[in-house]
Amino acid sequence: MAIPLTYNFRNLVVRKTTTVMTALGIALTVAVLLSVLALLSGLRTAFASTGDPRQVLILRKGATAELNSGITRDVFQDIKFKPGIARDSSGQPMASLEMVTVINLPSVDSPQGMNLTLRGLLPLGVQMRGLKILEGRWFETGQREVVVGKSIARRYPGARLHHQLRFGKGVWEVVGVMDGGESAVNSEIFGDLGQVSSDFNRQDGLSSVLVRAADSSVVPALINSLNDDQKLNVTAQTERSYYDAQTSSGAPLQFLGVFVSVIMAVGSSFAAMNTMYAAVARRSMEIGTLRVLGFSRGSILLSFLAESLLLSVLGGLLGCVLVLPLNNVSTGIGNFVTFSEIAFNFRVTPQIMLYGILFAMFMGAAGGLFPARMAARKEILTALREI
Amino acid sequence: MSDVVIETRKLTKEFVRDEFHVIALKDADLEVRRGDFVALMGPSGSGKSTLLHLIAAMDRPSSGEIRVLGQDLRALNDRAIAHWRNVHIGFIFQSFNLIPVLNAIENVELPLKLTHLKAKERMEHAETALTLVGLGDRLHHYPRQLSGGQEQRVAIARALVTDPDLILADEPTGNLDAGSAQEVLTMLSRLNKEFGKTVVMVTHDPHAASFAARVLHLEKGLLLPEGQSAEWSASQPAAS
Ligand SMILES: Nc1ncnc2c1ncn2[C@@H]1O[C@H](COP(=O)(O)OP(=O)(O)OP(=O)(O)O)[C@@H](O)[C@H]1O
Ligand SMILES: [Mg+2]
Repeated sequence: MAIPLTYNFRNLVVRKTTTVMTALGIALTVAVLLSVLALLSGLRTAFASTGDPRQVLILRKGATAELNSGITRDVFQDIKFKPGIARDSSGQPMASLEMVTVINLPSVDSPQGMNLTLRGLLPLGVQMRGLKILEGRWFETGQREVVVGKSIARRYPGARLHHQLRFGKGVWEVVGVMDGGESAVNSEIFGDLGQVSSDFNRQDGLSSVLVRAADSSVVPALINSLNDDQKLNVTAQTERSYYDAQTSSGAPLQFLGVFVSVIMAVGSSFAAMNTMYAAVARRSMEIGTLRVLGFSRGSILLSFLAESLLLSVLGGLLGCVLVLPLNNVSTGIGNFVTFSEIAFNFRVTPQIMLYGILFAMFMGAAGGLFPARMAARKEILTALREI
Repeated sequence: MSDVVIETRKLTKEFVRDEFHVIALKDADLEVRRGDFVALMGPSGSGKSTLLHLIAAMDRPSSGEIRVLGQDLRALNDRAIAHWRNVHIGFIFQSFNLIPVLNAIENVELPLKLTHLKAKERMEHAETALTLVGLGDRLHHYPRQLSGGQEQRVAIARALVTDPDLILADEPTGNLDAGSAQEVLTMLSRLNKEFGKTVVMVTHDPHAASFAARVLHLEKGLLLPEGQSAEWSASQPAAS
């Protein structure tokens, strides 16, 4: 029925230099968008895998993050005996008082050092997170020992097993490396609550409480009773929703990335348009001939549009190939809420690549439409006369 | 369908560009019958191509009537004309007009893409047409790998592959050497004699015209009565 795609494909091959240049422009645009999407996807995975839906995180009222929250031991005692909190095997309420701060460790990458999240907690807190130890062992209560997340161990040679870290009032030994799956815990350092809080002179100025509800159906009631308790003066939310909100640290990046790729897309569309206008002009006589053979204006329009789309898909695929090496490259991003580093991997998923190709096709369609329309509108005799 | 294949009455084509008027064809009355081989002759700019384009419905007349194969061409819209042309007309150009990125058989197959034939049948038809013009051994050659004469034979195969009622050729030998021209003319003549195709051919060349059964002359947009030529009309003081 229509003009065969071979015709378009071979024409792209014939003018390979222009084809490659135009496709490369589209590819770079797609690559920019895809690297941002891959980064955000990795970030989202890191946060989304953090948190147990049965667990509730409690901060001081008005605090947006553990870092700017304050909880006293008295408040903790009151929280602990709220109804609806699960009990562990020994009958103790599953509530973990924790202290979070940011420490700065020297880094090879950056002269200012790296900001990392340090969390002081009790063994119960570790247990509630269901973490596995990859190397070494857990820290002992009362010891100046820490366990680091696997991303930290990987990114900072100084924080490997058996190395010493200097922060607070002295030296700490790395006794273990923990595996938090894909969660944000991989970017944290865990130590004994008592030791950590005394090093930072915050024995009674702790950060947060993590509690586990007896089962997920009582979670809303537990949250309400905590939020409504005027005396406690706390905000409670599920652990998961807290981490979901932290994904917003990627928002400025997302905005920037999308903004840059849209600007580039406008450029690439114009490049595609230019290429296609040139093709229409050069193939004027062919257009006239096709019409004489009986092809309609509609077929001509579709044929040139198809050629532009073919060109852009080529660019899109090239763009995917360009970003593929990024897959699983780990990187860090400053968390704009906690000001500490979160390490995570770029994730170039098939879905993201599909977006890239659709984005490329959008550029191809935008660039190809006007030239294709011009080709279709030519009068036969005018087309045949132009060379 | 009647025996009259082309019938025009007072067919006129006027080109208007800005304030500049050109009457390319004026009040042409033409009748071509089934099985005719007509040569259109005349000096450059006399309106030969214009007449051929009107017959092929590649352009619309300014006034007058034109019926081709019983169809009033003015009654068809753009889409219908495209389909009509695909079914009924085989057009041969002076400069062959093959698609450079398609090989011989693909070029010939092209007009069949608009029919209901299956891919295999299309290829068979195209191969038959190419064999008929003596290029059965050049099926997969690209236009740039063929001589001018061979290119024009591919173009002839493309024009006849749909089995059209009417073959129109605008100076088909204009770009060819004498040998190739002879081959092309012989082929058109065979299509006319053996396959009964009606052929209208524009030419400058008296030798080419000699292959036709009828020769018609055009002069400054006027179609001269049969048997009259430009030299004859020039000798008539009141002719134009
Ligand atoms: N699109 C057009 N716009 C304006 N004038 C045109 C157009 N097409 C043809 N003409 C004019 O119409 C007249 C007839 O042109 P036509 O092409 O029919 O001549 P021809 O007999 O085929 O000449 P040739 O032997 O050189 O091909 C010429 O004067 C030409 O300049
Ligand atoms: Mg002409």
